[in-house]
This record gives sequence, structure tokens and C-alpha cells, in this order.
Amino acid sequence: MHSYLVRRLLLAVPVVLGVATLVFLLIHLIPGDPVEIMLGESALPADRDALREALGLDRPILEQYGSFLWGLCRGDLGDSLQQRRPVTTLIREHYPATLELTLAAMLISLLIALPAGILSGIRQYSVWDHSTMFLALLGVSMPNFWLGPLLIWVFSIQLGWFPVSGKGGLAHLLLPALTLGASMAAIVARMTRSSVLEVLREDYVMTARAKGLSEARIILKHVLRNALLPVLTVVGLQFGALLAGSIITETIFSWPGLGTLMVKAIQTRDYPVVQGCVLVISMSYVLVNLLTDLLYGVIDPRIRYEGIRE
Amino acid sequence: MKGFVSNISAPLLVGALILSVLVGLALFAPWLAPHDPSEIRLEAKLAGPSRAHLFGMDALGRDVLSRIIYGARVSVLVGFTTVGICFVFGTLMGFLAGYYGGALDEVIMRGVDILLAFPGILLAITLTSILGPSLRNVIFALCVMGWVGYARIVRAQVLALRESEFVLAARALGVRDTRLLLRHIFPNMLAPLIVEGTFGIAGAILAEAGLSFLGLGTQPPAPSWGSMLNEGRQFLFVSPHMTLAPGMAIMTVVLGLNFLGDALRDRFDVKREGPW
Repeated sequence: MHSYLVRRLLLAVPVVLGVATLVFLLIHLIPGDPVEIMLGESALPADRDALREALGLDRPILEQYGSFLWGLCRGDLGDSLQQRRPVTTLIREHYPATLELTLAAMLISLLIALPAGILSGIRQYSVWDHSTMFLALLGVSMPNFWLGPLLIWVFSIQLGWFPVSGKGGLAHLLLPALTLGASMAAIVARMTRSSVLEVLREDYVMTARAKGLSEARIILKHVLRNALLPVLTVVGLQFGALLAGSIITETIFSWPGLGTLMVKAIQTRDYPVVQGCVLVISMSYVLVNLLTDLLYGVIDPRIRYEGIRE
Repeated sequence: MKGFVSNISAPLLVGALILSVLVGLALFAPWLAPHDPSEIRLEAKLAGPSRAHLFGMDALGRDVLSRIIYGARVSVLVGFTTVGICFVFGTLMGFLAGYYGGALDEVIMRGVDILLAFPGILLAITLTSILGPSLRNVIFALCVMGWVGYARIVRAQVLALRESEFVLAARALGVRDTRLLLRHIFPNMLAPLIVEGTFGIAGAILAEAGLSFLGLGTQPPAPSWGSMLNEGRQFLFVSPHMTLAPGMAIMTVVLGLNFLGDALRDRFDVKREGPW
């Protein structure tokens, strides 16, 4: 187990470095003059020079890269051009809201998807199975930038049950979380169904049936424990999709998270903030994937032994 | 022929039909649209659905149905161009990584790992925000990320096929690498690539609409379903039809493509990595 852990951690290092490098290159290899893009063509030469110096763009690219990495290690992502405040402070203020929304979306989607997927798998080709899978396909085809306004129209404008936007109590959280979690619920439900179906065909399930165990015991003890393993990977991967999806969902519901911060920064061409948001979102994704892998290794001994053999 | 027809499943038929309608709308938009999509009639702004304007009018008094029909052009252009470019580039990269292996494989696959560390359309949002909002930049941004799936499929297939007898025999006969790829290896990996491509078109259409929704894609006055949704959102209280119609269009097309992808995957018996 120990060597599996070390191996996975070591494999994450080049990915983290690669992500940081790519984000650095994105901002620094803009075709044309990045300062002109940020300030517009009509900016005064003195303002341009000042910004160029503030961003360190007057220095050689390798030196800029070195100080970017060094800043990253110290948690320094530069200052916002618009708000004149450190990017890390802005991220620290907005990240908890995004995390709250993402976790709520994940919880809602799992509460819907797991029972729906398990029941579909157990009752394959039943009316429940067909309708759940059709809804799942609908869920994955429905963009969150449509579902969000639709939910607002029905539940906020027509029925008046929930607030239209903003952050507050549970009532404010439900619609954005449902909007964000809908496609994950669809994906997890389908994954759970196919995983349950696969496990139901295993020899050990047949053995359990031959032993005369009750159906409930077979499902709970033998099927679910094995069927939910691949689902865990999908949940980990979907966390990233939720983080990225939160950019649009937060915009729809004026949720004061990282997505709203990033979209505002894009509109005002505040590139240090854009860079910081991209970095934090992708690093969170890498971290969650790493944790999922490690958790998978803990739960399923086959994975860590295979890892060691390789 | 009879066997082929009887093998066509309902999802395959529905998916193919929706895709055909989408392409038809895009190709024949000038003849199918009942009105000029750019014609502004301020006296009719935000008017609801009527016999003359089935999906109503937008905030500038433009016919929503005509804009949806013209908007299909953007979806088709982005969907097919992105998938076409990603298909060719990804296949090439996957072949180079799988067939030659070694350092080249390491470099390509580590690049793939790094790109996969960016969730969803985050990279596309970042790239279009930096390069500026335009359809060309949207396609470029989607391609930067999109080729990865094809490369992974092709690499895995090449690794499996590289040592197969027919490939070894072709190499022993002195067949050149390009010919080996195109004539012997490529036909054997077409099925998973077609499935990936079908889901890829759906993904690209969704991503373009998402980027346009954020104001990073198609720019006004050109009609795009995503930007129409964004405009409609601001008038949700008074004119929900502006939001309903483009959203329904996006969902129907993506649903159709997912039906098609699912049906093709079942038919080809392809195990696909990804959301399903």
C-alpha cells in the first residue's frame, strides 16, 4: 500500500507542474501584446509601460516563468488589475462558496442517482428502468445554462418557492445545486446501473443465490459493495466537471463563487485573476482525482497490488 | 438489405433523423426560415408566439424561429469542424505514440495527462477569453482539448494491433508505415472512433452554446443558440419563450446525438471511456 501511495503521488507531480506551465504559457504567449489586449488600443504608452512592469512582462520569459513558479510555491498569484488586491485573497474569499455549491450538487446528484441506478440494474428492462434511463439521457443532454433559467422560471417566478438568485440559506442553494448536479446525477445513475448489471452476472452472486441467501442480503452485501467501486471513479472525475460547470451555474444564479469571479475577470480582462481561478480549479481537480485513486487503492486491494507489480 | 433494415434500432433511427434535420436546417436555412433573422422590428419586441411568429420575437423584435434555424448553421459548423480536426490530429498523435512508443509516446501521453487535468470546458473558456470571442477561436479552443480522446483510443488500439499477425505480416512484406496505418490498422479502429466522434459533435455543440452563453462565442448579431439563451435569460420574467425555444433546440440535438452515439456503441460493441 505504501509504495502504491508513493507511486501515485510521484505521478501527480509532473501533471501539477504541467498544469502550472500551461496556465503560465496561456497568458504569456497571447498573440500580440498582452498589455494592449488588457488595456485596449487607446491606452497611454505610460500606462502600458507601468502595467508591463507590474506584470513583469519586461523581463525574459524564463525569468518570468521562474518567478511565477516561485510565487506559486509561496501562494502568491499576483494582484488583480481591477481590484488592486492580491489574487489569493480574492480566491480565498470566493472559493468556499464554490465548494459549498459543488458539494451540495454532488450530494443531491448522489441521492438521486444511486438509488435510481441500483433499482434500474436490479429491475432491468422494467418500466422503472426504461423511464429512469430515458430521464438520465435527458439529464445529460440538457445544458445547465438552460436548466438553470428553466428552474428559475418554474420554481422562482411561477411558484415563488425559491429566491431567483444570490446566496443565503438552504433555499438559495437548492436550485443552483440541482442545476449543477443534474448531469452528474444522469451519468452516475447510468454508471451505477451498468455496474450493478455486471456484478449480478458474477459467479459469486450465483454462489450466494445457490446458498439460499435472501435477495436483499445478496444485493446489499455482495452486489453493492462491488458495484459501487467503479462508480467511485466516475464520481471523482465528475467533481471536475462540477467545478467547471459551476462557472456557468454561478453566473446564472449570481452565486458569489469562483465562477462569478472568473467571468467578471474575463469581462474586465483581469488576466491575473483569470489565471489564478484556472489554476485553483484545475489543481482542485487534480487533487480530487488523486484522492479518488488513493481511496480506490484502499478499498480495492487488486488495484494497489497491480500498481506495485507494474 | 432486409437484415440491415431490421437491425436498425429505434434510438439509431431517432438519432439519425435528428442529425439529418439539424444538417438540413443548416444547409437550407435561407429557404426554411420564415423571416430574415436580422430584421429588427422594435414595435414587436418581446412579443409572444403567434401564427406569424411561431416562437415569438426577441428583445429587438427579431423572429426567434428564424434565428433558431440560422443558429443551426453555427452548431453544425462548430460540431463537424471541431470533430473533423480532432479526429485527424488525435488519430495521428495516437498512432505516433502507440506505434513508435519510447520517448515520443511519453511526451504525447504526458501532454494528454496535462490537458486532462483541466476539467470540462475550463480550458476553452480560458483560451477564448484570452484570444477574444469569435467562432474561429471557439473551434480552436475546443480542438486544443478535443483531440485527446481520439489519441487515447488510437494509441490503445495500435498497441493492441501492433503485434497482431496481419500487421507483422505486412511489415515483413516491407509495407511503409503510412500505408500500414491507413490500409491495415486504421480500418480496424474505425468503430470506436465513429462512436467517439458522434459524442464529440454533441460535446462541441454544447460547449459552443456554453461559450456563447458566457459571451465568449458567436458574437451578435449572428444567431447562436447559446447567445440567444443568454439574451433570453435577461427577459425571463416577461418573455420566457426567448429562453424556452433555443434551449429546446440544443437539448433535442444533443439528445439525438447521444441516442445515435449510444446506438452505434451498442451496435459496434465498443467499450468507451467517458461519461457513460
